[in-house]
Amino acid sequence: MIRALLLALLLPLSAQADTLRMAVTTSFENSGLAEVLLPRIAADTGVEVQLVVVGTGQALRLGAAGDVDAVLVHARAAEEAFVAEGHAPYRRPIMYNDFVLVGPASDPADLARATDAADALARIAATRAPFVSRGDDSGTHQAELALWNAAGITPDGPWYRPVGAGMGAALNTAVGMGAYVLADRASWLNFGNRGGMAIAFEGDPALFNQYSFLPIDPARHPTVNAPAAAVVESWLTSDTARQVIDGYRVAGQQLFTFNAE
Amino acid sequence: MTDLLAGLREALRLIVTLDADLIEITARSLQVTLTALLIACAIGLPLGGWLAVRRFRFRRAVIAVLNALIGLPPVVVGLVVYLLLSRSGPLGVLGLLFTPTAMIIAQVVIITPLIASIAHQAMRDLWADYHDLLISMNATRWQRVTTLLIDGRRALLTAALAGFGRAIGEVGAIMIVGGNIDGATRVLTTAIALETGRGNFALAVGLGLILITIALLVSGASHWALRTERRSLW
Repeated sequence: MIRALLLALLLPLSAQADTLRMAVTTSFENSGLAEVLLPRIAADTGVEVQLVVVGTGQALRLGAAGDVDAVLVHARAAEEAFVAEGHAPYRRPIMYNDFVLVGPASDPADLARATDAADALARIAATRAPFVSRGDDSGTHQAELALWNAAGITPDGPWYRPVGAGMGAALNTAVGMGAYVLADRASWLNFGNRGGMAIAFEGDPALFNQYSFLPIDPARHPTVNAPAAAVVESWLTSDTARQVIDGYRVAGQQLFTFNAE
Repeated sequence: MTDLLAGLREALRLIVTLDADLIEITARSLQVTLTALLIACAIGLPLGGWLAVRRFRFRRAVIAVLNALIGLPPVVVGLVVYLLLSRSGPLGVLGLLFTPTAMIIAQVVIITPLIASIAHQAMRDLWADYHDLLISMNATRWQRVTTLLIDGRRALLTAALAGFGRAIGEVGAIMIVGGNIDGATRVLTTAIALETGRGNFALAVGLGLILITIALLVSGASHWALRTERRSLW
């Protein structure tokens, strides 16, 4: 009796149609592109994509454990390590957007006169203007660390504040502190609580942010839905995807540039 | 302040327009939490009664552990349940991760100690009153527990409502094991966390107000059903 009840409870909940579980980063979800892409993918291919929105570090862990069928992340070094460890057969570049340095409109570190991204960070460090770091091993956090490294600076001191949180929470914190923060353009344009903050520096190619699709290797995890991953991958690299991705606008600005081959 | 007022407006708008997404995540919140509550009560209430009636060697230790487990951080519960249900974990073959069932499991773990502990406190006092009577009637151990559960139903309602409150407002564990998947495992609390992250404070506050309203309705309905807090019975 109890066993039958338990079964009746478990079965309808775990039953599923042709779905693809994909771990994506918070910055992708916050961009709003998913709300345009997923219905199109469902209409064109019949595959329902379910997004598990986490940081890049956790997304790759979920993929390595076989808990998702594919990951869509933006951290090249971590992705290459992921492929080298055999969790995914390859990484497929899909599109890029870019990071921007957001800060108080008064621009205390004078980023308006910065020549490139490294110079912008050097100005923040020199004036000891407060800087909020994601500090959560996400793609954005890794990009930020690479930029500090390129600038030859080890950020340290009370002005450097790692919050260990997602993009939205880090932006909320930066707004509260009047601090500079590195954010992807999509998250910033979609962000609702800007309170006196503006883009302080943008446009350096070093700030480009490549998104890649990594299907989980079915040889390692037989339970993953490899056929659905293949269908979604071919859709994401198709001309239809190019039109949808390049045509996505927020506040009149193009956010993503399709560059799949 | 403007965000709070905007939140109130947003809550009213969602309710008045019977927003389809709102109804879906609200129904899922209730489905997950009430199922978890049912299971947790089925375990916790008899366990509390049994601990009140039975004397055994490790009773104090069990009660101390139970009380300590109330303070278990939900994130830790979520992480442990995730590791168990992960495809690479011991229960991975069940394929339960990122389903409402996984969320129910996590919530059962979180609220069972709370319900058992409150039930035990209430049953212990009641047992002091009923002890001589039940012993003289030569009642069996389960008859004693059953009598205590029935006569202490108002205190047990408090235990259940405390469990409901903790489960319906919980976000850390179900975020990890449910994944906050739109249309599959998104509930009120994870939607609030998501909208806060997007900086949509008005929508987040609005959803929070709806959550509190639902908790009020459930609490009121349970008092009505058990006829507590009325005239001579309060």
